[in-house]
Amino acid sequence: MKYIDEFRNPKIAHKLVDEITRKVSREWTMMEICGGQTHTLVRYGFEEMLPKQINLVHGPGCPVCVTPLEVVDKAIEIASMPDVIFVSYGDMLRVPGSQKDLFHVKADGGDVRVVYTPMEAVKLAKANPEKKVVFFGIGFETTAPPHAMAVLAAKREGLKNFYLLASHVLVPPAIRTLLDAPNNCVQAFIAPGHVCTVVGFDQYESLAKKYKVPIVVAGFEPLDLLEAIHMLVMQLEEGRCEVQNQYARSVTRYGNLPAQRAVEEVFEVCDRKWRGIGEIPLSGMRIREEFAAFDAERVFGLEDRTVEESKECIAAQVLMGLKKPLDCPAFGTRCKPEMPLGAPMVSPEGACSAYYQYKRHLAPSALPVDTHVGTD
Amino acid sequence: MSTKTELTITCPAPIPAGDKILLGHGSGGKLSAQLVERVFLPAFGNPTLDQLNDQATFAIDGVRLAMTTDSFVVKPLFFPGGDIGSLAVHGTVNDLAMGGAQPLFLSVAFILEEGLPMESLQKIADSMHRAADAAGVQIVTGDTKVVEQGKGDGLFINTSGIGVVPNGLMLGSEKAKPGDKIILSGSIGDHGIAILAQREGLEFETTIESDTAPLHKLVDAMLGTGAAIRCMRDPTRGGLSSSLNEIATRSQVGMMIEEEQIVVREEVRGACEMLGLDPLYVANEGKMISIVEAAAADRVVAAMRENVYGREARVIGTVTEKHPGTVVMRTAFGTTRIVDMLAGDQLPRIC
Amino acid sequence: MCLAIPGKVVSVDEGVGRIAKVEFGGITRTASLDLVPEAGVGDYVLVHVGFAISKIDEEEAHKTLEALQTLANLQDELEPEESDAAVKRS
Repeated sequence: MKYIDEFRNPKIAHKLVDEITRKVSREWTMMEICGGQTHTLVRYGFEEMLPKQINLVHGPGCPVCVTPLEVVDKAIEIASMPDVIFVSYGDMLRVPGSQKDLFHVKADGGDVRVVYTPMEAVKLAKANPEKKVVFFGIGFETTAPPHAMAVLAAKREGLKNFYLLASHVLVPPAIRTLLDAPNNCVQAFIAPGHVCTVVGFDQYESLAKKYKVPIVVAGFEPLDLLEAIHMLVMQLEEGRCEVQNQYARSVTRYGNLPAQRAVEEVFEVCDRKWRGIGEIPLSGMRIREEFAAFDAERVFGLEDRTVEESKECIAAQVLMGLKKPLDCPAFGTRCKPEMPLGAPMVSPEGACSAYYQYKRHLAPSALPVDTHVGTD
Repeated sequence: MSTKTELTITCPAPIPAGDKILLGHGSGGKLSAQLVERVFLPAFGNPTLDQLNDQATFAIDGVRLAMTTDSFVVKPLFFPGGDIGSLAVHGTVNDLAMGGAQPLFLSVAFILEEGLPMESLQKIADSMHRAADAAGVQIVTGDTKVVEQGKGDGLFINTSGIGVVPNGLMLGSEKAKPGDKIILSGSIGDHGIAILAQREGLEFETTIESDTAPLHKLVDAMLGTGAAIRCMRDPTRGGLSSSLNEIATRSQVGMMIEEEQIVVREEVRGACEMLGLDPLYVANEGKMISIVEAAAADRVVAAMRENVYGREARVIGTVTEKHPGTVVMRTAFGTTRIVDMLAGDQLPRIC
Repeated sequence: MCLAIPGKVVSVDEGVGRIAKVEFGGITRTASLDLVPEAGVGDYVLVHVGFAISKIDEEEAHKTLEALQTLANLQDELEPEESDAAVKRS
């Protein structure tokens, strides 16, 4: 597949690793923000390839994982209503609310459907005028424009039965929160290439300047990420802190203007809670007043409730990059994908899940005896 | 949360999947295995069932028989490359063949939904007839029930089958030994992607067809080599990963498979990239895995390639002493990663 | 975080909004081009949840690959005896 296969060339990957190894003179801690990138790193076994001095920590970049508990509870409440068709991306179905998940709603007779695009939900609303069709719109800056477009399409078509349950979060405020934390250990960032495809990277330049951290906007293929790591190592070793764009085939400085306009029209910035982290000021987006008729939270009268999260696992430190999944005493024993204690184990995109799926053979200490594995 | 304080530790409580049946319990993954362990084995357990192979083998008056049963609930009823009828026949024939049996007789039970077009039923019956003829089996008994509209997806089929196992042939998922080779008969994920392409909400177009096929002739060719074959599996629900994990667990051995040796068609790869799925977990209906003594592996592969359903057969890995119960894959990058069994069904990701 | 993959625009249906057929390694699905008005037949676009969010810049892709290749060659000069077990995917 063009623009994918070229960026998965093992030979070049190993050369890049050699080059990184040659350049590194001391330990560096860098964070990839994005769950998609975490997935690539873990799936291709970067930790086995990269020199020990490169410490990669995984950020809070999984929209599934950071969707606040009360939002999941609202989704579950709406999906349980008899006249509702609840439409969602596949990976939200297993995210535990405080009592159950959407799979359990389905098992209890709720009409929950998985789609690939929000436009399918608009189609469903058109085809089922007697039903309320609610789309669960979660995501970062990348997914906001398609959700805005779905609302605009519903408005254009005069649909009175299409609603969006929106939970959007923004990346830069999360980076700021990470960098402001007194226990921050991150020295450089891999910025999310698809978020920047939409919003550009000019807002990352003020971050780099203020906090003196190098940032590289990267794509999602293994060579993209290795090149980004190489760029960051060069910057760190030379004491630079710039924003570089490794993903120029898709990302421009100011991003995708039509997409930004659509988002601007439908959404406005607000404070937002992140599951496992807490409230981050001005880090989310909600539906504007003029589109209130499409806003599931308003229409279904779900006032802001807060749900207490228990203090069982180290999700917060994992999401903030302070700890790795393998540092968790519950990892792989009391917390597994089929019985997640925390959000990062729920989504395949979550750091814990990615580690569990691909890497637990490298962590003998964290494993029950029956699956004990030595490293190969 | 003030950004000036140490970050607190917070996390949601788990939701046990034990209180109700979820779709994931039918996925062929860990939830399915839990159901067997916690409900069925305690209720029905006996030495034959406890083997947990795709078929039971037992002897009656010195004749060794294999018996299997399987239900089919595929949606849509007709899909590129086949339909629920041929799928039911092939699936049952294959479960017998994986035990080394010559498939002989099938039963067919229909659960029909009120309102199903007669023409659809006729087409499916004809398709089953053709599939049974081609596989050399007879459908010798059956049953029909009708449920109210809305209580079934058009129709469900249950097929059971009986076959004869040659004397002296002892296959079983507990028989894999370190050093054995793992052979896969062809490309993976074709059936699952062909079905997924038809699914509401995920609409995409592909020329990929289901690989549904009867494999008993391929098995004959393999057994004909005289090689020591430890076990055979057809990786249906849960895909290649589930079957390998089952064998690794039952035999208490590890496995190391090579990503480079696993054939994935371009269309299947495209669909998986688009939906964020892993082809290792996608269902197949005309493929098989076998665990074979190392010395005979090349001979078995050569024999398989003579058969139309084994043209792309190759060794994809080795059974290891290390990490018993765990399947590890060497990636194209030379690194390793675990190939785990999924908890439930694989879901399309947006992330 | 945001799964998006590059595909080739094979046809465009100009109606209310522009709906394209986009090909990804032998499969096709429709995607909206409303957010990338500059994209047309023959272009590669990055598709996320049914919407093209950017047009792939061929020249930039080429530059990135060239840079990677240059690095790889540089390594060759450093280690002529380098042994590489990696195989090209079939």
